[in-house]
Amino acid sequence: MSNEVQQNLMAISDEIMVEMRSVNKWYGEFHVLKDINITVRRGERIVLCGPSGSGKSTTIRCINRLEEHQTGDIIVAGTPLTNDLKNIEVIRREVGMVFQHFNLFPHLTVLENCCLAPVWVRKMPKKEAEEIAMNYLKRVKIPDQALKYPGQLSGGQQQRVAIARSLCMNPEVMLFDEPTSALDPEMIKEVLDTMIELAEDGMTMLCVTHEMGFAKTVANRVVFMDGGQIIEENCPHEFFNNPQSERTQLFLSQILQH
Amino acid sequence: MIQSDKKLPDLPPPRRSDGAFGWIRANLFSSVTNTLLTLLAVYLLYIGLVPLIQWAFIDASWVGETRDDCAVGGACWVFIKTRLNQFVYGFYPEELYWRVNWVFILFGVLITLLIAEKTPYKKWIVIFTLTVFPIITFYLVYGGAFGLEVVETHKWGGLMLTLILAVVGIVAALPFGILLALGRRSTMPVIKTFCTLFIEIWRGVPLITVLFMASVMLPLFIPEEIVFDKLVRALIGIVMFQSAYMAEVVRGGLQAIPKGQYEAASALGLSYWKMMGLIILPQALKLMIPGIVNTFIALFKDTSLVLVIGLLDLLAIVQAGLADAKWAGYSVEGYVFVGLVFWVFCFGMSRYSQALEKKLDTGHKS
Repeated sequence: MSNEVQQNLMAISDEIMVEMRSVNKWYGEFHVLKDINITVRRGERIVLCGPSGSGKSTTIRCINRLEEHQTGDIIVAGTPLTNDLKNIEVIRREVGMVFQHFNLFPHLTVLENCCLAPVWVRKMPKKEAEEIAMNYLKRVKIPDQALKYPGQLSGGQQQRVAIARSLCMNPEVMLFDEPTSALDPEMIKEVLDTMIELAEDGMTMLCVTHEMGFAKTVANRVVFMDGGQIIEENCPHEFFNNPQSERTQLFLSQILQH
Repeated sequence: MIQSDKKLPDLPPPRRSDGAFGWIRANLFSSVTNTLLTLLAVYLLYIGLVPLIQWAFIDASWVGETRDDCAVGGACWVFIKTRLNQFVYGFYPEELYWRVNWVFILFGVLITLLIAEKTPYKKWIVIFTLTVFPIITFYLVYGGAFGLEVVETHKWGGLMLTLILAVVGIVAALPFGILLALGRRSTMPVIKTFCTLFIEIWRGVPLITVLFMASVMLPLFIPEEIVFDKLVRALIGIVMFQSAYMAEVVRGGLQAIPKGQYEAASALGLSYWKMMGLIILPQALKLMIPGIVNTFIALFKDTSLVLVIGLLDLLAIVQAGLADAKWAGYSVEGYVFVGLVFWVFCFGMSRYSQALEKKLDTGHKS
C-alpha cells in the first residue's frame, strides 16, 4: 500500500505556503515554543510528532491564530500573520483545520455545517454552496448523512464531516490537530483513508498525529518536537530508520514497542 | 467457543404494566403503610378541596349588580364582573376601549402565529411583531396621529398596563442582556469594566428603589422641559434592571459552550459577530431557556411594583376597587382573581418554554 500511495502523491512545487521564522511563544512565564522554524511548500505533507506537551498542537494553532505567537514571523500563502484582523481573516479563509474533538456545530445539520462558512464568509449563493458541500460529502463517503445532525453520527463519520466542512472553504493548507486521537480503533482507518486521498489530490497538509503508519506512507517530512523546540526534521525513511538525536530514538522506541 | 453464530431475532420489550388497576395497586396500595398514606392523602384532599369548590362554584354568586346580590358564604364574583372593565383597561375612556381591544386581538393573533409550528413566512411575522406592531400599538393606545384622540398614560391601567410593562420589559431586556453579557466577557478592558459595573449596580438595588428613583428623584435632577412621561421612566427603569439580570443568565449559557465551538468557528474564518450570532448564541440560548423564562416570569410578576409610583396595574386596580366602601369585605375574591390571571400568563410562558426546549433539542451536545 505504501508504494502505491507514494506513487500517487504529486510533485511538490517551489511555492512556499507556510513559513514560520524563529517563532516564540510564552504562556505567562512558561516558554512553550522556542525558536520554531518550519517552511512548507505547496503540496507538502508534514507530520509533527513528539511527546504530549511538546508544543506540536500549539505550533499549528499559531498558523491560523487560534494561539498568538509573541515573537518571530509567520507567513501563510503570502500573507503575514499580524495583529491586523484583516490579515487574520484572509489567512483563516485559506487555512482549514480539523480538530481532535471534531467540533462540529451540534445545532446544525451536516449539510448546514458544511455550507455555513462558504455562505457567510465567502458570500457564496446557498445553492452553489450546497452543491459543493454535497460533492465533498460524497468524497468523504457520507452523502447520505447530509440531513442528519452531528450527534446522530459515529465519531469517524463526524470527523469526516469535519474534514468536508474545512474543504468546502477550498483552503490552500489543511491543519490536522490529532484527528484520530479521540476515535475508536475501528474508525481510525476511515479517517486516515480520507486524509490519504486528500494528500493524493495534492493538498498541503500539516498533521499532528501519533499515527506513525500514516507518517511513513504520506509524509514528505516528519518534524519531531520536544520541550517546545524542534529536535529533528527529516524524511520519513531517515526519521524512522536512522534517527539522529537521542530524544528521537527514545521517543520512537517508546511508541513503536507496543 | 462459539455461543451462537446465528443472528438472534429482535424481540419486543417485555410489557411492564397491567393496566390502570395494576398501576394503582403497585404504586398506591403495595403495603400497609402505603395504603394508609394513600387514604390519608385522599382524606386531606377531601377536607381541603371540597370547601374550596363549595365556596368558589356551588355557593358562589355570579349574577347581579351590587353586593346585595351576593349570597353569604359563597364567593361573590359579582364584584369582579361589575368591575371587570376597570380591571382590564384601568381608567381608559370607555368609548375608546375598541382601540385597546384591537391591540389585544392583534397581539393574540401574532403570538398564536409565532407559537404555531407550521406558520409560513415566520421570519417576516417576527420582524413585523418587533417593528410594526409596537408602532401600531403606540398609536392605537396612546393616539395622537391618524385622527386618534390622545389618551394620557395616567389613564392607563389594569391588565392592559401590566401587559405593556411586561411585554416591553421582556422584549427589550433580552437583547440588552445579551449585549451586556457579551461585553462582560469581552477582552477589551473598557467595555468589560463598563458592562460589569452596569450589571453589578443594577442587580444590587431593589426594583422598588429603581422605580422610585425613576419617578421621584429623576425629575429633581433633570430640567422640567426634558422630563418625559412617568410610564416611560418606569419602563426604562424596568428594562435596565431586567437586562442586568438577563445578562447574568446569558453569561451562564455562554460559559456552557465548549471552547472548541469558538475555535471551529474562528478557524472557518467567521468574524466575532457572525460566530456569536450563528454558532454560539443559538446553542447558548437553547441552554438558557429555563433561566430566561424564569427571569421573564419574575419580571411579569414584578411589574405590580409600579404601584409604588402611582401606576395602577392589575393588582393595584383591584386593590383600589376593594377600597370602595360598596364592596368592602370582598378582598379574597379580588386577590383570587388577580392570582388566577397572573398564574394563567406565567403558566403559559412556562409551558411554551418547555415545548420550545423539546423542539430545539437536536438530542446531542458537541
